[in-house]
Amino acid sequence: MGAVTRVNGPLVEVEDLAGAAMFELVLLGPHKLPGEIVTLSGSRATVQAYEYTGGLAPGDPADRGGAPMSALLGPHLLGGVYDGLLRPLTGAGPWLDPAAPPPTPAARAWGFTPLVEQGRKAARGTVIGRVDDAGSLPYLILSPGGEVSAIRQAGRYPHEVAVAVVGGTEVRLTRRQPVRRALPYASRLEETVPLTTGQRVVDLLLPVCLGGTAAVPGGFGTGKTVLLQQIAKWCDADVVVYIGCGERGNEMADVVAELAELTDPRTGGRLSDRTVVIANTSNMPMMAREASIYTGVTVAEHFRDMGYAAVVIADSTSRWAEARREFASRSGALPAEEGYPADLASALAAFYERAGRVTTLGGATGSVTIIGAVSPPGGDLTEPVTAHTERFVRTLWALDRDLAYARHYPAVSWRESFSRDTEALTQGAPEDAARRARVGGLLAEADRLTALAELVGAGALPARERIGLLAGRLLREGFLQQSALSKQDAYCRPERTALIADALLAIVARCQDLVEHGVSAASVEDRDFSPILRAKEAPGEEVVARCDIVLNELETLR
Amino acid sequence: MTAWAPVEHTSVGELRGPLIVVQGVRNVGWDEYATIVPESGERRHGLVLDVDRDLAVVQVLEGTGGLKAESTRVAFTGSPLRIPVGAGWQGRVCNGRGRPLDSGPPIFGDDSAPVTGFPMNPTMREPPAEPVITGVSAIDALTTLVRGQKIAIFAESGLPHLELAAQVAAQAHTGGAPFNVIFAAMGLTHADAAMVRDTLERRSSAAELTLLLNLADDPVIERLLTPRIALTVAEHLAFDLRRHVLVVLADMTSYCEALREVSAARGEIPARRAYPGYLYSDLASIYERCGRIRGRPGSITVLPVLSMPAGDITHPVPDLTGYITEGQILLTREVATYPHIDPLSSLSRMMRAGVGAGRTQPEHLDLAAQIQAGLSRARQAGELADLVGESALSAADRSYLAMAQAFGTRLLAQRPDEARTLRETFERAWQVVSTLPRRELSMLSEEALEARYRGTS
Repeated sequence: MGAVTRVNGPLVEVEDLAGAAMFELVLLGPHKLPGEIVTLSGSRATVQAYEYTGGLAPGDPADRGGAPMSALLGPHLLGGVYDGLLRPLTGAGPWLDPAAPPPTPAARAWGFTPLVEQGRKAARGTVIGRVDDAGSLPYLILSPGGEVSAIRQAGRYPHEVAVAVVGGTEVRLTRRQPVRRALPYASRLEETVPLTTGQRVVDLLLPVCLGGTAAVPGGFGTGKTVLLQQIAKWCDADVVVYIGCGERGNEMADVVAELAELTDPRTGGRLSDRTVVIANTSNMPMMAREASIYTGVTVAEHFRDMGYAAVVIADSTSRWAEARREFASRSGALPAEEGYPADLASALAAFYERAGRVTTLGGATGSVTIIGAVSPPGGDLTEPVTAHTERFVRTLWALDRDLAYARHYPAVSWRESFSRDTEALTQGAPEDAARRARVGGLLAEADRLTALAELVGAGALPARERIGLLAGRLLREGFLQQSALSKQDAYCRPERTALIADALLAIVARCQDLVEHGVSAASVEDRDFSPILRAKEAPGEEVVARCDIVLNELETLR
Repeated sequence: MTAWAPVEHTSVGELRGPLIVVQGVRNVGWDEYATIVPESGERRHGLVLDVDRDLAVVQVLEGTGGLKAESTRVAFTGSPLRIPVGAGWQGRVCNGRGRPLDSGPPIFGDDSAPVTGFPMNPTMREPPAEPVITGVSAIDALTTLVRGQKIAIFAESGLPHLELAAQVAAQAHTGGAPFNVIFAAMGLTHADAAMVRDTLERRSSAAELTLLLNLADDPVIERLLTPRIALTVAEHLAFDLRRHVLVVLADMTSYCEALREVSAARGEIPARRAYPGYLYSDLASIYERCGRIRGRPGSITVLPVLSMPAGDITHPVPDLTGYITEGQILLTREVATYPHIDPLSSLSRMMRAGVGAGRTQPEHLDLAAQIQAGLSRARQAGELADLVGESALSAADRSYLAMAQAFGTRLLAQRPDEARTLRETFERAWQVVSTLPRRELSMLSEEALEARYRGTS
């Protein structure tokens, strides 16, 4: 039993902790507040507490937890809402008092089906059983490796019961897993497979692949949270882990309510049956916010190991970095850029590197895709968290305040964003590559022309260039803008995305052709393009018909 | 309370800025509340910032001026600061620490609560969905306050943001449901405080107001406590006494400067513009105390008011505030008339859920969107007119300029003592859109236009 000697906010110094290990869990004071050892010097330790430490005093007891900070994984995860340490918030009462005993998952029994026979060998990571009433997917129980010396018959069992003994180890439905170290896998896969998000600007211009990494930097009011929520709702992953890391409580409440209401287009069940929400909002304990990122990725890796595609959405990684800065500053670490600790870049890299599409230990294919929001102070994209994040992610969706103020949502800037996976993803799909190149080219040209038109006036530009401006407008309004509030438009299937893009490209090509043949730019601009601009609100089969209406109308100019 | 008088410590080792270091303490916890008694016998108060074995660093709320190391006595209360809570706060005027300034008795309550509060469980939050009517047309029509929301008023310096906050505090109501206002002033001048008191006189005499006044010449450190006391009182009124509470926090820039002062005195490593690295967490611990709880009738709406130093919205205080609040009302000098609200830069993120049929008016969202789209178009037309002259504009562009003009005079402009009903606000909003030709009003439904459009074409 150790004793507290110093308390300064979440920084707690403890003596007489002989035998303790770095990152071991420590329980502080009479209320057993959890904390983690971050410095060891002989038997003295510096502990970062995960809860508010008001009232904790020198002389209070401190107990070794015996293991690093761990999260409870199990069939209860899907459909639940948890705090940064993965303790359930559902059913925890309206106020979170650190002195109250920590909530545990509701006691219930799960329907277990064995999938191996007693006496067989089950290699590490292979499936030995399944639980079918734990969300929209079978929850798989994986082998720790060895001979199955006992396994229970199909039936309902409470979570703490051992359902099998494999290689001398009891296997339960739930288990504790340290969160700061990545779960192992057999090998990384090189081949790229797209993650479909249902957001046109992302899927066509700036795609992300399964096992890829993406970051969304943007100042406040640019629509980060809405874009991330859209992806959480509609991307075609098996499991979505949504981490509210130091963000607004009312928005978290909104996400939870919406996920519970919306229907999963693939399974017909509720969307929340495939999501795990980690809600450590901005006024919940700061160090639990720091941990929430790791618990979230650990949950995703856990489902990856069952052979599923998991997506982690972290809103926002800046708050995580700030929590690290705050603690570093209290513990007297030498600051690097803007007060962040010197390990900011390596910590960010290590976080994003936990993404990947892999062959699991059991031979299945699974993936963890990480999408992190970045909240740059003052909207300054050169600040350290944004700058380092840009180096480590493969896709960047930069949100632009000017676009947001013009009510262009999602306000993804096509100039400042990038995706380093586009080529790999369109190999063997030349049509996709051509479509992407053409839309990107037209947007870039329109940007150049807009700058020019602001100097000399659009009327002074030659006809061809005026059509270039028109093309930019059509693509922005008819394709890039997508309403998160519209039932029809919130989600756009890839085929529909291609269809709308092709329709707009065909119209632009016709306009260009007309002015080449002497039709005045003004008369082309005067045509009514609204049928195609509103096509995104129309049912799928109508897009082509609407395109034809506009093309026919243009034909009258000849 | 124990029967024994608390141990008084006399071994003050060091005095530095607002901090004193007390030696030889035992069982003193972090964030504990302390009483400091100097030679003169007056009582001061403090919070424990750091405990290291037998040393406690105490931040003195009233400042350390005049304290002597050898004659100052310090007693610790054994727990973080708690205040009494209850209906007794209604109709009272207190200083920034909650001590009466209105020559009334000290405030007692049936219960007490820690001023730091507890975080609200996100799963127990009810998403905000009903409006608070402010009687200010530009707010009610375009950036409606929603019960349980937090929304900030940002102002370029010299603009009457405080008048606007006081007007909202004086006029706001929830259509008959029990309603309270808690106005927490931080670092206000005496003149400003007098204006606030005058404006809120009627509300105060109806016992619907709690006024906490930390003035510019009051102790700076006390400012750190003022908003927390306000919110602790509010939580009890809202969630135990089932009232809808509006908490106005003015001026948050003064609050943040006080936080910076303490941080500097503690020798912390500064972050942006020397504000501490935990400014975001600290502001969140205040603003996030807004909300509603599932299954309980009350609500807390938080309205932080702050001047943007040098008019800079990327300054850390407005920037971090904007990251936490659910929208902002921006006052700009470019809008020449009171209340100076810039309709295009102002935003209420919760408005979508809080207005419409059964709440305000069925066409409310469409009407707001139509006005904003029109103003945006008018702004472009105005810029073009500056370049090429108004005569070169198209007829449509000219109608948008007329619409913007009507918006400024009919809807936006309002006297600081003028309370408009929702009905009147919508009447005026329809007059504004009716300056546009009907074919331009694509965002409004045919039914709504049929019923309320007054234009000529």
